[in-house]
Amino acid sequence: MRLPSARSVLQTTVPPLVLFAIIVAVWHFCVQFYGIKRYILPSPWQVGAAFWTDAALLQRAVLYTGSAALCGFVGSLILGTIIAFLFSQSKMLRSAGYPYFVFLQTVPIVAIAPLIVRWYGNGFQSVVLVAGILGLFPILTNATQGLLDIDPDLFDLFRLNNASRWQILFKLRFPSAVPAICAGARTSSGLAVVGSIVGEFFVGQSTTHYGLGYLIEATNSNAQLDRLFAAVFTSTLFGVTCFALINLASSTILSRWYDGPIENRQ
Amino acid sequence: MAIDSTTEPPLIAIQNLSMSYGPSRLVLSDINCDVGRGEFVALLGPSGCGKSTLLRLVAGLITQTSGLLTVAGQDPVIARRSSQRVAFVFQEPNLLPWRTVSANIALPLELRGTPKIEQTRAANEILSLVGLTADDARKRPRNLSGGMRMRVSLARALVTHPDLLLLDEPFAALDDVLRQQLNEELVRIWRDRGWTGLFVTHNVAEAVFLAQRVLVMGARPGRIVAEIRVPFDYPREPSLRAEPEFARLCGELSRQLREVSR
Repeated sequence: MRLPSARSVLQTTVPPLVLFAIIVAVWHFCVQFYGIKRYILPSPWQVGAAFWTDAALLQRAVLYTGSAALCGFVGSLILGTIIAFLFSQSKMLRSAGYPYFVFLQTVPIVAIAPLIVRWYGNGFQSVVLVAGILGLFPILTNATQGLLDIDPDLFDLFRLNNASRWQILFKLRFPSAVPAICAGARTSSGLAVVGSIVGEFFVGQSTTHYGLGYLIEATNSNAQLDRLFAAVFTSTLFGVTCFALINLASSTILSRWYDGPIENRQ
Repeated sequence: MAIDSTTEPPLIAIQNLSMSYGPSRLVLSDINCDVGRGEFVALLGPSGCGKSTLLRLVAGLITQTSGLLTVAGQDPVIARRSSQRVAFVFQEPNLLPWRTVSANIALPLELRGTPKIEQTRAANEILSLVGLTADDARKRPRNLSGGMRMRVSLARALVTHPDLLLLDEPFAALDDVLRQQLNEELVRIWRDRGWTGLFVTHNVAEAVFLAQRVLVMGARPGRIVAEIRVPFDYPREPSLRAEPEFARLCGELSRQLREVSR
């Protein structure tokens, strides 16, 4: 993989940083000028201070939320791919099962999460499950699509060489589907982070381990808006980092497949 | 390589074959033809005359609506599963982008469960036959030019030592010089290996240069309207294309094509 030049790095990092500085300045000015109360909108410095004092807490929360999101994501990746394998092998199975995954996708996660907590208890496992459920659908749909959308000529080539169903699945369908699975994984990794934070809203209260979701909820109900902002920013940063990591991983995988990221293919 | 049809049964025998997609779309109507073992026949026709469909029928990828089609006296599917090695070269190179050139070439052997060592040996042997180097073998398809990819596709078809090679306008997307070059190599390989060839094309000069016999097809519905023997001896040199007899034959075929396209 080719490393981006210093110039292009500057071009992509400087403008958003400048915009960030402007927003912070306007924000600070408004808080000062209109004398906005701390429990309505804290100033950037107060949020910064909350970051500092809560650093250890936030660090542990990121670790907790991150491991739940990771477990949920890996689970959805494996399960989604396996179900897609089954779907690709039988049209009947596909038409029977698919509507229920659409159903699972459209039921709001805030409705499912309390049920999961009721069934699986106030613990890590419930958070993982919520993250996994949210991450499952993009993997499943993308992988199924990828496994089915194969070049008809290549399919004929395999048939002409009397390839078995397994050979077609593992030597043609799966490799053809890898880019689609990677695209699904990118969407699903973000959703898994959201899922674990939402999951903690319902789980976090009675556990001794805090996640970001619990911090957001607790600080909000105590009107500690500076700490709330710090937790929200941390969540956002964490989500962005996860997305970037998955992007890096998927373009590394795809470069093995295609000698370059799929976006750059001829 | 003249075929004496009275002593040896033809490799491909087609009688009263018709093919339609749905009740109203008749694609092929009453096709009758034979292709002898070791023969090189070109199917020449305008686009949409069903020549690719005929090729896919012979490959056993689809089944005819009515009539008889046998390969080595058997149903095409049974023939390719048992006695005959059938290979197909598509219009597009259709290489697997995630495999290297040599892994692409070895694919048919891999699918047949040939031992790994044998696969590598056969792939290496074919490389030089189609004009590729060991250096090319390590590359990915996307790093090759269009002509090179077509060579890889040809190598993949030849690696199993096919009895029957079906070619579906393989060089149609290439520029003229490259097409002529590959035609010359194809003739050389055919003489070297002795497979039976059925070559679909809409290019008159290509059909005349390659084949011993040209079957001219008409469209709507697809049917065979003429059969022309090509009298030139092999090996066929590039200079053949400049001979008056070559031009006369091409002119004759073009005239027939124009008639059926009217």
